[in-house]
Amino acid sequence: MAPAADRLARHALRLDVEEFLYEEAALLDAWRLDDWLALFTPDARYEVPSTDRPAGGPADALMLISDTRAMIAARVKRLNSRKAHREFPWSRTRRIIGNVRIISRNGDEAEVTANFAVYRSRRDVSVYMGQYRYRLVRDGDSFKIRFRRAELDVETLDAHGTLSIIL
Amino acid sequence: MGYRDGLVVDDRRNGIFRVNRALMTSPDVYELERATLFDRCWLYVGHDSEIPGPGDFVRRTVGGRPLIFLRDSAGTVRMHFNTCTHRGATLCREDAGNTRIFQCFYHAWSFDTTGKLVVTPGAEAYSPRFDRGQYNLVAPARADSYRGLWFVNYDAAAVDLAQYLGRAIEYLDLVLDQAEEGMRLVKGAHLYSVKANWKLMVENSIDGYHAPTVHATYVDFVKDSGGGQRKTALAAGSGIDLGNGHAVIESPAAWARPIAYWEPFFGEDAREEIEQKLARLVGRHGEERGRRMADTFRNLLVFPNLIINDVAAITVRRIEPTAADRHSLQAWALAPAEELEGSAALQRRLDSFLTFLGPGGFASPDDVEALESCQQGFAAAREVPWSDISRGMAKIPGSQDELQIRTFWRAYASLMDGAGFPARVEGVESPEAADAPAEAGVTR
Repeated sequence: MAPAADRLARHALRLDVEEFLYEEAALLDAWRLDDWLALFTPDARYEVPSTDRPAGGPADALMLISDTRAMIAARVKRLNSRKAHREFPWSRTRRIIGNVRIISRNGDEAEVTANFAVYRSRRDVSVYMGQYRYRLVRDGDSFKIRFRRAELDVETLDAHGTLSIIL
Repeated sequence: MGYRDGLVVDDRRNGIFRVNRALMTSPDVYELERATLFDRCWLYVGHDSEIPGPGDFVRRTVGGRPLIFLRDSAGTVRMHFNTCTHRGATLCREDAGNTRIFQCFYHAWSFDTTGKLVVTPGAEAYSPRFDRGQYNLVAPARADSYRGLWFVNYDAAAVDLAQYLGRAIEYLDLVLDQAEEGMRLVKGAHLYSVKANWKLMVENSIDGYHAPTVHATYVDFVKDSGGGQRKTALAAGSGIDLGNGHAVIESPAAWARPIAYWEPFFGEDAREEIEQKLARLVGRHGEERGRRMADTFRNLLVFPNLIINDVAAITVRRIEPTAADRHSLQAWALAPAEELEGSAALQRRLDSFLTFLGPGGFASPDDVEALESCQQGFAAAREVPWSDISRGMAKIPGSQDELQIRTFWRAYASLMDGAGFPARVEGVESPEAADAPAEAGVTR
């Protein structure tokens, strides 16, 4: 591909990815968790490393969250219940996503990073900020999520108490 | 008014135990706890495996004091107060690392890993009578370990650690002996705070009664994953007063354990390996003890603020009070050293840990919610002054009774009154109440 065409293709991909991430964030802020769950591939994973080891992986470190697709589904089922007491009633959340970068493209898969600030309000307001790492797979005009990782920049969860929402 | 029979009511005749909610809200109580509990009891600091090599250090706040927990250049484990002997600046400002020298950033006084002051810039400006030997880093009065678990005591006159741990050692051993090559803490810690008094977290960590209600979604998850085949397991155990304020609940495993109780959550692939683990445990420790280690949940309190819960995995949880209505938590996963990084066995253990435990687990967040909701309820303490902890006083206490929580409170009240640890409770606490007619209510 000629350089200009390649640049246009990269910009187009980034716009598609941004649109996808914004729509995903809207689903989460609206607590449409079943619709959110449908965004994942069957082999998907969702991870949040511990705050003192942001580069840690589930094979050798204690994570905060290390979910297979089945565990993501179980998490959604739990959060949809009236008995997930930390999230009943649901907290209000608002996600700001930016600095979306396409790190690499490999066939129909794109590796993406983005910055996030997730505000959660229930009794108090707390802010979870950090960086997402995604592996997104082309699915027609949109994507499916194969890998989703939220690396927190907060040093502890002293201000938050828990990580009861989806980041 | 004293704590015993004042703020903590232990009515054995009627089988009623109550705790005044002012103990969870009063800044004066909080200050007194510092002096009577945290300045006197053995407090957990960290594990050998966190500082494996010479010069390795971690910093930690324990009983309100900033500590450096380290292995010196010669390999000896030490603790220093993390404050420069010159003007007080925080000496070590990283959470963990390796060093040969701690150099203060304020005036560059420098100390070796044994705590010896080795550099004072511009030394010629000090008087000939200035004795550098008086300015070495200060160590806490006592530091000692039990099988890799390091504790500190700020009271030089305290009893030895082994004597203090007493009967809790049997239960520590049931956890530590699960490893073939010793235990280690897995890298990565759960660091979070709860807006509730620290004693509520102690209660919650050894409370079997709340599990079916607070953790209903967890129990559902276990069922959905094909587990929880022993439906009455949680109610089948016992609560035990171990003396010195230590207490434990022990019950048959209600769901999967990496050592060594297979349920479908682990997958068919893991079944043979887990059954082999069980066989090796039985080989090392005999049928009865081996099966007990493999097949039993244990929630252990080492008084006043260390929790070791050996359930879906093993967590070491340190509770650090930070205000009358707030505490911070540090929790780690304890794992057998032979479960190597990258192994399926370690991943299984950590997956099992995370299902229940930690800020992102399917259960711990609801505990935090329960504790914070209690603390909010205490705002009505003038009108609703008492919490009740009477369950199981008139019977042999089970794991869903509250003897183990009363054990904490009895030790707490006794120490707060300036007395020693109370006598250990064995058998039925209130036999007289057990014989009373069912309708014979007691007026409060």
